[in-house]
Amino acid sequence: MSKAATSLPRTIGAHAILLTYTVIALFPVIVIVVNSFKSRAAIFRSPLTPPTAETFDLIGYTTVMAQGDFIQYFQNSLTVTVASLFLVLLFGAMAAFALSEYRFKGNTMMGLYLALGIMIPIRLGTVAILQLMVASGLVNTLTALVLVYTAQGLPLAVFILSEFMKQVSDDLKNAGRIDGLSEYRIFFRLVLPLVRPAMATVAVFTMIPIWNDLWFPLILAPGESTKTVTLGAQVFIGQFVTNWNAVLAALSLAILPVLVLYLFFSRQLIRGITSGAVK
Amino acid sequence: MGSLKIENVKKSFGPVEVLKGIDLDVKDGEFVVFVGPSGCGKSTLLRIIAGLEDASSGDVLIDGQRVTNAPPAKRGIAMVFQTYALYPHLNVRDNMALGLKQAGTPAAEIDQRIGASSAMLSLEPYLKRRPAELSGGQRQRVAIGRALVREPKLFLFDEPLSNLDAALRVNTRLEIAQLHNRLKATMVYVTHDQVEAMTLADRIVVLNAGRVEQVGAPMELYNKPANLFVAGFIGSPKMNFIDGARLGETAKTVGVRPEHIAVSDTSGAWKGTVIHAEHLGADTNVFLETEKAGLVTIRLFGEYQTGPGATLYATPDAARTYRFDADGRALG
Ligand SMILES: Nc1ncnc2c1ncn2[C@@H]1O[C@H](COP(=O)(O)OP(=O)(O)OP(=O)(O)O)[C@@H](O)[C@H]1O
Ligand SMILES: [Mg+2]
Repeated sequence: MSKAATSLPRTIGAHAILLTYTVIALFPVIVIVVNSFKSRAAIFRSPLTPPTAETFDLIGYTTVMAQGDFIQYFQNSLTVTVASLFLVLLFGAMAAFALSEYRFKGNTMMGLYLALGIMIPIRLGTVAILQLMVASGLVNTLTALVLVYTAQGLPLAVFILSEFMKQVSDDLKNAGRIDGLSEYRIFFRLVLPLVRPAMATVAVFTMIPIWNDLWFPLILAPGESTKTVTLGAQVFIGQFVTNWNAVLAALSLAILPVLVLYLFFSRQLIRGITSGAVK
Repeated sequence: MGSLKIENVKKSFGPVEVLKGIDLDVKDGEFVVFVGPSGCGKSTLLRIIAGLEDASSGDVLIDGQRVTNAPPAKRGIAMVFQTYALYPHLNVRDNMALGLKQAGTPAAEIDQRIGASSAMLSLEPYLKRRPAELSGGQRQRVAIGRALVREPKLFLFDEPLSNLDAALRVNTRLEIAQLHNRLKATMVYVTHDQVEAMTLADRIVVLNAGRVEQVGAPMELYNKPANLFVAGFIGSPKMNFIDGARLGETAKTVGVRPEHIAVSDTSGAWKGTVIHAEHLGADTNVFLETEKAGLVTIRLFGEYQTGPGATLYATPDAARTYRFDADGRALG
């Protein structure tokens, strides 16, 4: 890096601002994680102190493990998130490729139509979706959730990815055509690798709302075998008594998988954001 | 083995007609260059020949076969792009091999062809490198190599030199010329640089606004331009156009190339004042505001001492003036 771009006061200033923001953003998460390791009394007496030898208590985690089938809930959440993510990325990228690459009647209208979902929340259609799922016998299946989340994630994915795909060099795709590559190979081997940063951005923006969603699991798949983590954690929140140890422990555990997925995508995500497409 | 015939090809993008009926015959082994101003449809025509774009109507025949409905890979062509368009995830060798593998060429033959063309283009040291690890000139040579190994009936080049710097452009131009001499292959080359066109072409096709203005050997276009557009487009600096009436001629426009005007300090046909002089070493370009013919550009060979304000007499070479009618067509 050049000397001119890095004066000391500016560096300190920038870092101070970023550190402050990091602390603010991480604070609630840290409070949750720290308190999940404390006894109930300690949580209420001094919520901000880290667990000491006296107050350290794994009761939350043992309750979570004993109550219900949390491993199962985790599996459900992961299955739904990963499957939806995969479908959103696959179909989103394919639709984006078609929109950006091929000239056909109604191309622009199709693009607008697909992007409409960004502005209209899918929850408005809950009743119709529920009727549809009942009619097709998909209530209380993970398939129902995967389908809904795929529909929910596609508009943004198509929108972001088609912008990126327009930037992929036409000459490169044409070189592939002259070399006899099929449109599928051109899409998978030439174009997708070049929009990887955008894919990661879309992946993160798609994944987090799915993982955190409570609405559709509650309505479409509340059964014991299809409960997701967010829904499973609700059993500890009662109308009169809330088992805070268990809630905090469940939430702490729920952070882990997203964290892993996030780390997996983050390098690409940073490239995607800094390349300036998602402003 | 590699003739090309284009029959009344038209192309519209929506309401915009970009190609308005192009007919062209390219003989086997010929080097044909398309020139024309930006946006005149050169690339579009080339892409139609390659099969990357469908013509709205008309036909393309390669080697006598109608390929209008054949996909690019089945047309026996290879194309070199302005932006190189190398596959970023493959090394140089695999870049060259991909098309052959797709076509099911035996591995031994792929090796042999890559060996031959990388020797021809001095690419051997780079075969294991990725495109990102090459300079612009090296990348363009790889792109040419990728075209070579396909042993096509027809080579298509779309402004292959425009992304290179001036020195490299001259070298690569020479390499392409040598390649054509050695391979005797049919080549169609698009450029807006008339030096490239004049130096490389057996025949030049001048396009303007989706029409062919003239087809001919470089010197034919230079010496016998069919119309005002070609006269103005070929040659640098541009031909001087003078209103015929001012010179007492019947023709609407009279054209004189800057290099066909002699100057003198004492006497001549047109008296004028120098507005500006460009000293280029080998040439001197003088801009002379004349009383009779208006502003004319004069190209003098070698160094010539003059400057703004000086008075000069210019005399056009009568044998090399051109006359055009009201529609811009050349007379006589
Ligand atoms: N996909 C497209 N959709 C609409 N119009 C297009 C498309 N491609 C090209 N055109 C139009 O067709 C005309 C010819 O384009 P083309 O690329 O063939 O020009 P060109 O002669 O190669 O110019 P240049 O020297 O700048 O490369 C231009 O006016 C361009 O705007
Ligand atoms: Mg072009």
